[in-house]
Amino acid sequence: MSAPTATTTLLAVDDLRVEFATDHGWSTVVAGTSFSVGEREIVGLVGESGSGKTVTGLSVLGLLPRGVGRVASGSVTLGDRDLLGLSERELRSVRGNEVAMVFQEPMTSLNPAFRVGDQIAEAVRLHRGVSRRAARDRAVEVLDLVGIPHARRRADEYPHEFSGGMRQRAMIAMAVSCEPRLLIADEPTTALDVTIQAQVLELLAGMQQELGMSVLLVTHDLGVVAEVCERVVVMYAGQVVEQTDAVELFDHPRHPYTEGLLAAMPQLGSRGQRLSSIPGRTPEPWGMPQGCRFAPRCGYAVDACGEPPPLVTARSGHLSRCHRHDELTLRGAR
Amino acid sequence: MNTAGTTPGTGPLLEIEDLRVTFGSPGPRGRGRVVRAVDGVSLQVGRGRTVGLVGESGSGKSTLGRAALRLVPVRSGRVSLDGRDLTALRGRALRQARRDMQMVFQDPYSSLDPSAVIGDSIAEPLREHEGLSRRDAERRVKELLDVVGLPAGHAGRYPSEFSGGQRQRVAIARAVALNPSLVVCDEAVSALDVSTQNQVINLLEDLRARFELSYLFIAHDLAVVRHIAHEVAVMYLGHVVETGPTDRVYDSPAHPYTQALLSAIPASHPRRAGTGTRMLLSGDLPDPADPPPGCAFATRCPYAMDVCREAPPATTPVDGGGEVACHLQTSGPTLAGRTLDAAGVRAERDGSPDVVPAAVRDAP
Amino acid sequence: MTTTADTTAALARTAPVAPTRPGFWRRFRDNRPAFVALVVLALLVAASLAAPLIAPYSPEAIDVPRRLSLSTPDHWLGTDSLGRDTLSRLLYAGRVSLLAAATAVAIATVIGVPLGLLAGYVGGKPDWVLGRIGDVLMTFPAIILAIAIIAAMGPGLQTAMIALGIVYAPRLFRVARAATLQVRAETYVEASISIGTPAWKIIPRRVLPNVASPVLVQVSVMLAAALLAEAALSLLGLGVIPPTASWGVMLGSGFKEIRSTPLLVFWPGVAIALATLAFNLIGDGLRDALGRRTRKADS
Repeated sequence: MSAPTATTTLLAVDDLRVEFATDHGWSTVVAGTSFSVGEREIVGLVGESGSGKTVTGLSVLGLLPRGVGRVASGSVTLGDRDLLGLSERELRSVRGNEVAMVFQEPMTSLNPAFRVGDQIAEAVRLHRGVSRRAARDRAVEVLDLVGIPHARRRADEYPHEFSGGMRQRAMIAMAVSCEPRLLIADEPTTALDVTIQAQVLELLAGMQQELGMSVLLVTHDLGVVAEVCERVVVMYAGQVVEQTDAVELFDHPRHPYTEGLLAAMPQLGSRGQRLSSIPGRTPEPWGMPQGCRFAPRCGYAVDACGEPPPLVTARSGHLSRCHRHDELTLRGAR
Repeated sequence: MNTAGTTPGTGPLLEIEDLRVTFGSPGPRGRGRVVRAVDGVSLQVGRGRTVGLVGESGSGKSTLGRAALRLVPVRSGRVSLDGRDLTALRGRALRQARRDMQMVFQDPYSSLDPSAVIGDSIAEPLREHEGLSRRDAERRVKELLDVVGLPAGHAGRYPSEFSGGQRQRVAIARAVALNPSLVVCDEAVSALDVSTQNQVINLLEDLRARFELSYLFIAHDLAVVRHIAHEVAVMYLGHVVETGPTDRVYDSPAHPYTQALLSAIPASHPRRAGTGTRMLLSGDLPDPADPPPGCAFATRCPYAMDVCREAPPATTPVDGGGEVACHLQTSGPTLAGRTLDAAGVRAERDGSPDVVPAAVRDAP
Repeated sequence: MTTTADTTAALARTAPVAPTRPGFWRRFRDNRPAFVALVVLALLVAASLAAPLIAPYSPEAIDVPRRLSLSTPDHWLGTDSLGRDTLSRLLYAGRVSLLAAATAVAIATVIGVPLGLLAGYVGGKPDWVLGRIGDVLMTFPAIILAIAIIAAMGPGLQTAMIALGIVYAPRLFRVARAATLQVRAETYVEASISIGTPAWKIIPRRVLPNVASPVLVQVSVMLAAALLAEAALSLLGLGVIPPTASWGVMLGSGFKEIRSTPLLVFWPGVAIALATLAFNLIGDGLRDALGRRTRKADS
């Protein structure tokens, strides 16, 4: 159980505001998000569609689609460098090197025209400036590391010759090939079957241990969070609504939205009972409620919720964006 | 012909017998690829029951669902609904038979015509089968919207104006419009957010009770299936490897693949993470165009014996209900008569899952 | 958190619905070039239609003494070699040219789109046969093929338009077929099949509305091409037969006087260029405005 302050901070996102071009002009999709990832820590960034979690992950590496998304304000610091202030050229040397990313759909991130091994070797050469042969050896080494059998032979194959699970392993191999300090994994297991998901999560956790890197795991699945994350940041409608250590979050949520998510988690052995759900739907960026953004769907909403709540410390190491965080007793996971 | 299952009103509602579905063609000189998507499957869905069909992508579960509704060509075997052989129907007769069997599709973003208002989509089955007048159809559409919890006034809106969960409600309204006896739900809640997913599951359960529906509920989410299904069928590479009452299958799975699937369900609390006996499968699904001889699961099975690689396993009954197709039930002397669950747990505790299969292999 | 069916349903009922994106017309209008093109085209069409009312002279009124005059207060755009008023002829010619282009494209649409829908929906042998016929027709350059058809059927505006219609049909066939293939794979078509709706109802009700956008774009671009082709055929004496005026005919007769009175080619040239550009810009505008909305960026 480590409070966020106990470890050295590696990544600090502070008051990040991101806007997207929509049919309704520039809309704020991430509104003042702050969180941090410590050294050697696995942090889950959790939210449903429209929560802004993916956009937050992309913003860290300056990967917002040009002309469509832009960072309006805030800061993203890696170690002691401000990533948002970097030029595109400087950012490129950070990407894949100090910070690597793994996406949901591995097929879109691997170039179908090149051999898997060559793609990894190219990334290694780019960042390490080693010889062609050394880069190649490194590629085989990491493919082997992520558990791809016959790595030397498979390195010569093209992405379409890999199965879905193997592709995701190859993506992870490419991501860890330069031993990044931080790995951002965006729904890395969502497109995979449950048996393959279990393999990939095990692999991610194993890599994190072995390489001593930090992981920011962007996901909608609290089960995935429960499996591997030490700390959790919950996002709703573009804001962080709760942030604390994983066990604490599952035991004692301090935000009604988190309570709703936990209650909605599929439970074994609930046949015949009605499943719990959160009524209503996530607001659109152009139709955000004035006060607390969750209030219209919240069973605990009172008049005070008409005012936007700040993100405050509810308990040591436990942040909540709820006016009533100290008076409510919310149910954790069963 | 008076045996149970062929008389309307008795026996199972949906009966699938030795069904085969193939894709592709052998091509000249056998160079083409033939994928045996469904390879000799028998399955039944009782009246008012929900049968969960689980398996990984590529297992053929979605194809089986479509073949049951005659949406993909059937190569051989029989599908009967309420005692009536659907595989024999063609053209008009088949189209008319469709009123009793409907489908809810996975992606609510593509299952509704984007250029038609939702009222038009819901009215389509009514127009087609009941020949309702415009006004009557409009009234029915409003009723149906109300049934699925959408405002009746929304009939004139386009799908793009709705969220994923709301669209799935529309698709469900269309599916139940004719009061069918069978609804195949193909990953009907997989594309939805957790908070809306449960709303749709609750709705499906309400409708089952209200309209006496039977569901063939295809899903990869095992927790959802456990909640909704009375019985479960587990598919692997075109075969049903295990069936049975939901509780029996989840509590004491008889097939190693079922075990692996269940053990891969993520923990529901960080404190429970890593405490279960996780049976990690190595490798991936074999190429369905080139399935292994013998048991399809043998290439990934930690308990595989020699016989598993040679002959396909026979289907045998399981204590507590259902059937399983696994050599360990018949040819595994040291395992015979014991549930695999216990064996699996022991293997895991010993730290080497290989111990058991080795013992099995050495046995006379 | 109370989550009984009733509250859930009640809340789903009151749930806000996303504001719709600006309508098709609004999006088209916001596209400045396309909108200007539409206005220009509308003016051209209106002027042609109103030719009998606004033309200062009869298009066939010969006034030899004032032949080949430049702009004068009596003849704003000058006269041709027979002293006919260029402005009047231009207005009347517009009726012929625009109608001819529209007829040709209409013929192409009537042939190409239904066959494209059929081939794309049914697939298999019919698709293969129709596709090969289209391929053969498309291996010839459009104008050459049209000339061959006219050679077989005899010159004249009607034949020329039928010829062009046949030449253009495979292009629309391809667009319609490709779009149909895409729509055919959509789940909502499978949903209609699963309901028991027969194909002859699915194609017009579910497929056609969803392939309309690419077809419409192609039609508008094709109108531009047909206008040019009509001019070319008439210029060669294979289309409109004088004394009827079309822009192509005017261009052709103007060529004879190009040394003395270049204005005679200039005006029909401007009209053709303007109309062609307008059709193309409208096509672009339609493409943008009809394009499917891309899903929202965030998950």
